[in-house]
Amino acid sequence: MTFQTHTGNRGLVLEEKLIFEQGEPGRTGVDLPDPAPVKSRLGGLARAEDSAIGLPGLSEPQVVRHFTRLSQKNFGIDSGFFPLGSCTMKHNPRLNEKVARLPGIADLHPMQPESTVQGALELIDQCAHWLMVLTGMPAVAMSPASGAQGELCGMMAIRAALDARGENRRRVLVPESAHGTNPATAAACGFTVDSIPATEDGRVDLAAFEAKLGDDVAGIMLTNPNTCGLFERDVRKIADLVHAAGGYFYCDGANFNAIVGRVRPADLGIDAMHINLHKTFSTPHGGGGPGSGPVVFSEALAPFAPIPYVVKTEDGFHMVETADEKDGNKPFGRLKGFHGQMGMFVRALSYMKSHGADGLRQASGDAVLNANYLLARLKTKLSVAFPGYCMHEALFDDDFLKGTGVSTLDLAKAIIDEGFHPMTMYFPLVVHGALLIEPTETETKESIDQFCDAVLSLVAKAEAGDSEFFKNAPYLTPRRRLDETAAARKPILRWSPSNA
Amino acid sequence: MRYLPLTQADRASMLETIGAGSVDDLYCDVPEGALLKEPVDLPHHQGEMQVERDMAKLAAKNMGTASAPSFLGAGAYRHHIPATVDYIIQRGEFLTAYTPYQPEIAQGTLQYLFEFQTQVASITDMDVANASMWDGATSCAEAVLMACRATRRKKAVLSGGLHPHYREVTETYCQYSDTQVAGRDGHPEHQATADELDDLIDDQTACVVVQYPDVFGRLSDHTKLAEACHAKGALLIVVFTEAVAFGAIKSPGSFGADIVCGEGQSIGNALGYGGPYVGLFATTSKLVRQMPGRLCGETVDQDGKRGFVLTLSTREQHIRREKATSNICTNSGLCSLAFTVHMSLLGEDGYRKLAAINHERAVTTADALDGVAGVEVVNDSFFNEFTVKLAKPAAEVVEALVARGILAGVPLSRLYPNRDDLGQYMLVAATETNTDEDIAALAAALKEVLA
Repeated sequence: MTFQTHTGNRGLVLEEKLIFEQGEPGRTGVDLPDPAPVKSRLGGLARAEDSAIGLPGLSEPQVVRHFTRLSQKNFGIDSGFFPLGSCTMKHNPRLNEKVARLPGIADLHPMQPESTVQGALELIDQCAHWLMVLTGMPAVAMSPASGAQGELCGMMAIRAALDARGENRRRVLVPESAHGTNPATAAACGFTVDSIPATEDGRVDLAAFEAKLGDDVAGIMLTNPNTCGLFERDVRKIADLVHAAGGYFYCDGANFNAIVGRVRPADLGIDAMHINLHKTFSTPHGGGGPGSGPVVFSEALAPFAPIPYVVKTEDGFHMVETADEKDGNKPFGRLKGFHGQMGMFVRALSYMKSHGADGLRQASGDAVLNANYLLARLKTKLSVAFPGYCMHEALFDDDFLKGTGVSTLDLAKAIIDEGFHPMTMYFPLVVHGALLIEPTETETKESIDQFCDAVLSLVAKAEAGDSEFFKNAPYLTPRRRLDETAAARKPILRWSPSNA
Repeated sequence: MRYLPLTQADRASMLETIGAGSVDDLYCDVPEGALLKEPVDLPHHQGEMQVERDMAKLAAKNMGTASAPSFLGAGAYRHHIPATVDYIIQRGEFLTAYTPYQPEIAQGTLQYLFEFQTQVASITDMDVANASMWDGATSCAEAVLMACRATRRKKAVLSGGLHPHYREVTETYCQYSDTQVAGRDGHPEHQATADELDDLIDDQTACVVVQYPDVFGRLSDHTKLAEACHAKGALLIVVFTEAVAFGAIKSPGSFGADIVCGEGQSIGNALGYGGPYVGLFATTSKLVRQMPGRLCGETVDQDGKRGFVLTLSTREQHIRREKATSNICTNSGLCSLAFTVHMSLLGEDGYRKLAAINHERAVTTADALDGVAGVEVVNDSFFNEFTVKLAKPAAEVVEALVARGILAGVPLSRLYPNRDDLGQYMLVAATETNTDEDIAALAAALKEVLA
């Protein structure tokens, strides 16, 4: 039954104004003491008393209600099945949140004397040790803030290594299925990007790759398992070839979660790989960060790793913060203020210790099993992009929607009404109308079955010719389809009294 | 294992549906010999209690700022965080959400990002702000790259008052893009930053970067510098490390800054040994399309109701690939929520008052230290952080104070390890968390150590 309510609220779906449209001058959500009168030492730059900053005044209960209502308009992993391919939305254990907030961790200042933070340095060292053993690599840079900065870290190390060799190699080979961050990162390091085509089975075209090699090639950026959810079965040949040509092998480790504890990247011949702690090791995505992207390095690239890094000495742990402190190392620079995403190291270490070597191996196996089960169930109706088993995510193209008048986007929006977060759409670009589905290991068989049943029923509905239904989905969300074109044409990027 | 729900029976029935004999069969594309048959050499899984105990042992080896009088700053500041902030950011709908790619079920994230952008634009007095960067230092580097794009020039002039980490990160980001980084070395007792840079600005200069308050805590009016930049077609970038300051001091926007960026940790985010933090980034309407990072914008839905979406994504890497304005993808979503919640609690009055208290605490601390033999406060002006010159090497003094249970300031030798001339200087920050007893303890301990 549809009818208009007086408030615009609809039961538990509550309308919520912007914080700037609420509140009263003079109201506040904090009780602060009056400062003692002192002679100002602001050097004549005090902000005028009468110039308003423009912040609204709200009481604490108003603020709590505001953000609680906003939270109720969001879908998270805690809400339900969230098979967003390539993003690895697995359960975020609350233990990790708890330990990250321990006194002695949360209240540490980054510039405290080393003698007062030995436990913190030991924790970073332990986290680094787990990452090195799991990848089989001899070194790791912990400071990158995210996967994209991890890529930057790896590619800068390659650039520094080439510079140290006195070689002016500037061409980087990137498969066309790569994440958009790969070419953007290569460009930021002064490289040019040369795209490698894919084969019909979704892997790097080895012949095309080999033909592109030359003495101007700095290296390859390869995601493995790749963005089609497939293991690059020629990965060792690719490594050998790029090394023989004098280049380096950067591996985008965004999909490391499929192989952790089962395959060590070192055994595949890679020189550098970033690890998204927020994907593989379940530090929460937080609505778009913070992430953390440590980079493991081979012997060849290790000397060029950025500052700072932790070393263990006879006197305890030590943070190396300057470029020339240790003989033989030639750090390419510093990527971030202070020492990296400590809060994420704590959560990732807690996650790794909880799983252990046995549990991590089980987790990757279950992730791959869940994805292949979903693939097996959906391929009865959906068109599989590439033949064979997948890794941790299953990729479909939109061939199965041909003639229905329903697009991948329409189907995704209808899936929202069924109570699931949709899959990744239109990525990777090598597949038409891609649907990339990653269930992760923390889902039950029951939830995957429910999702598959729902998708199959929607496909049947599409085949029955009800395209109008799909064009207008979703129906049951706090907002329906949003006009993104209008948002971009005349951007409104902040609240102001004039656009209220 | 408590996070893994599949039973052996589940696994067997799923393998049957798939038509595979074992999980190892699913890894058939892995090259011969690379597929491990046994777990790697690391400890096996542990229960929640054991993990918590292990982690607590590591935490207990540290001396946290909550357990000692602490005057550490230099780009990260200890402030009181209202309990509401942590409660809100731990709500699963925020904590466990992804980047809002499906706006119909991410209006919560999108609306707070819009509010965050508005708050950042308001306190800096700029037209627009983005949905956050990784931290202050990377914001600074991205601002320089943005200025180079906007002006099509390749030279950046960095003030000596810029935080050394910010300078290093900027140099790292610029080193492979043929961008020349010029500037002067800073010194807490030499001329402040406002005028020293004029002669470095030329027709090739994309931007001048100043920090306000600067790394030594000093305050300068940068209005003339903005004019000097604009006269040569360069942009002025104003960087900050203490977001509380703008409740008490003139905004960077009022100087005529083109880009304002810095660290937002002070509002709502724990010290956490240096991260994760939240980079703030604001600019003028004119330059918005050159901005890095995500932007949330207002629009309407199919039923005409106001809603929010990520917008102007044609600047970004997933569309533009190697021609993107930046490679940034994941940013600091949850940290920006913490900022927004704390800022909402503060409001206009609370924000100003918090800033006033910070200044008062710093003035009181400076006055107390000025009375100690062997300590000289070198700043004429400051907000909540200032530099002192000590009669002994600062790093040794700091260690001696640790032995007395006090986390004094940051010795400049920690920030400038290669500068012999700065060995006796120390940065001292005071916030609303510092009590009169803390200040008295610091002064008394310094008196003892410097005697």
